[in-house]
Amino acid sequence: MPLSPAVEVNGLVKRYGANVAVDGLDLVAAAGQVTAVLGPNGAGKTSTVEICEGLRHRDGGQVRVLGLDPVRDAAVLRPQVGVMLQDGGLPNTQRAADVLQHVSRMYADPADTAELSERLGLRSFARTTVRRLSGGERQRLALAVALVGRPRLVFLDEPSAGLDPQARRAVWDLVGELSQDGVSVVLTTHFMAEAEALADQVVIVDHGRAIASGTVAELVASGGTTTLRVEAAQPVDAAALAAALGGRFTVDPAGRTACTVSGPVDPQLVAVLTRWLADAGVQLIRLELGRRTLEDVFLDLTGRSLR
Amino acid sequence: MTAAPASRRIGAQGAFELRAVLRNGEQVMVTVLLPLMLLGGLARATFLTFDTAGATRIDLVTPGVLAFALMSSAFTSPAITTAFDRRNGVLRLMATTPLGPTGLLAGKLVGVLAVQLAQVVVIGGAGLVLGWRPDAAGVVAAVVAWILGTTAWGAAALLAAGRVRAEAVIALANIVLVLLAFGGVVLPASVLPAGLAHLVGWLPSGALGEALRAALIHGTWAVRPLVVLAVWAAGLGAAAARWFRWS
Repeated sequence: MPLSPAVEVNGLVKRYGANVAVDGLDLVAAAGQVTAVLGPNGAGKTSTVEICEGLRHRDGGQVRVLGLDPVRDAAVLRPQVGVMLQDGGLPNTQRAADVLQHVSRMYADPADTAELSERLGLRSFARTTVRRLSGGERQRLALAVALVGRPRLVFLDEPSAGLDPQARRAVWDLVGELSQDGVSVVLTTHFMAEAEALADQVVIVDHGRAIASGTVAELVASGGTTTLRVEAAQPVDAAALAAALGGRFTVDPAGRTACTVSGPVDPQLVAVLTRWLADAGVQLIRLELGRRTLEDVFLDLTGRSLR
Repeated sequence: MTAAPASRRIGAQGAFELRAVLRNGEQVMVTVLLPLMLLGGLARATFLTFDTAGATRIDLVTPGVLAFALMSSAFTSPAITTAFDRRNGVLRLMATTPLGPTGLLAGKLVGVLAVQLAQVVVIGGAGLVLGWRPDAAGVVAAVVAWILGTTAWGAAALLAAGRVRAEAVIALANIVLVLLAFGGVVLPASVLPAGLAHLVGWLPSGALGEALRAALIHGTWAVRPLVVLAVWAAGLGAAAARWFRWS
């Protein structure tokens, strides 16, 4: 039986006065998967997630969370949905362990707080007040709070913001474990590496709209063109090479002895290219297959200028 | 995946709020120690003279100090903690748990009432030791004034916490408390200049003081102060519902 999506958003609109933060956004997060909402700051990621969490009202469009309406069915959804806010939401004057214990009391059958603390490495600062925690410790506590109700779906807004590499790795491992346990995860991030490491599905958001979505592999391949950089010991005749490779490829010379071939790179191309070089008596020094990264896709789509 | 029953969630939030107050030295100071000092000072400092209108000093002072204490726990302390909770996103986070926004407010109210019970026991107890003899006939009227006053001041706390920057709320809440303390709360308005005395009778502070004194000194229902309190409670409650912000 195919599972209905954990989150389904159609044509979502959110305005703050004259400013349109979310402008007809579509998003589907499959059940049991990790969906990353990737976009620059101010793209509308947090507004979208907060509407799904029932924290904000939408101005237009449809939102379904676990098949329900996040505002009307809030009381049914709250026990099933865990939330990690971007600004933490932890009371400053309380001790870490007390905060976790307190939130666990809201659930009939919460996760074992001792076990959760062990897994997230909270034990060392359990008696410390939230005010005195480091950024990474706070982030881990916020994650524990999101998970203590054993949710079916968790929203993580910038889960690794401000974390050092070890803490980030620990958070990533935990998110991976969650999806293995069948928990649906929706996270926002502007870290490419985070989306690549964690996400089954990536939705790229800019100016309040989803401008691309798919698996990392699909997004990286979606441009269609990949590149092959050729460096030789002798001059390479780019025009002659282009003629030999056929119309599917373009060849851009880069100096006399190097060039870049763009097009649908496959094993056949590499074979044809090296044979042509051999026939021309040109010694190959370096051959580099340029795989597009998610970052390239992201920058192509959202523009390279700083905002 | 399943919520705890509503009573348990709200009870847990109330206990959490109560512990937060008891652990915070400043809050204990404002809600319990300061009223106790006022009580002892006004009951025994004979260099201060004021018209007790035939009542004993302690009988006049204890209801007023109770009114002051109830205001500090209904207004000053929740205004400050809620303002910081709003700034730090605590209100939003708790609203996403099964507690929900309504449960959070209910839990805060339970916390306030628990602090107030402790205040009544400690301050009332100290009053009794000092010779306070309240009129038993006024207990119901006193409880009505307590509830109306707590509603009005609690709503004022939410209004301040929901609209004003957290640091400014600290100043505002403490200044309001101190200014109003001597405006017909701790001592009757009759000790003030005539124009001012008239004004403070229409404030939720002066009305609470008057209503408690009428109930506990004379065992009577002070109708006008109770109506004034009810109007403030309704007005401030509506304003808080309209203008309170969660973030």
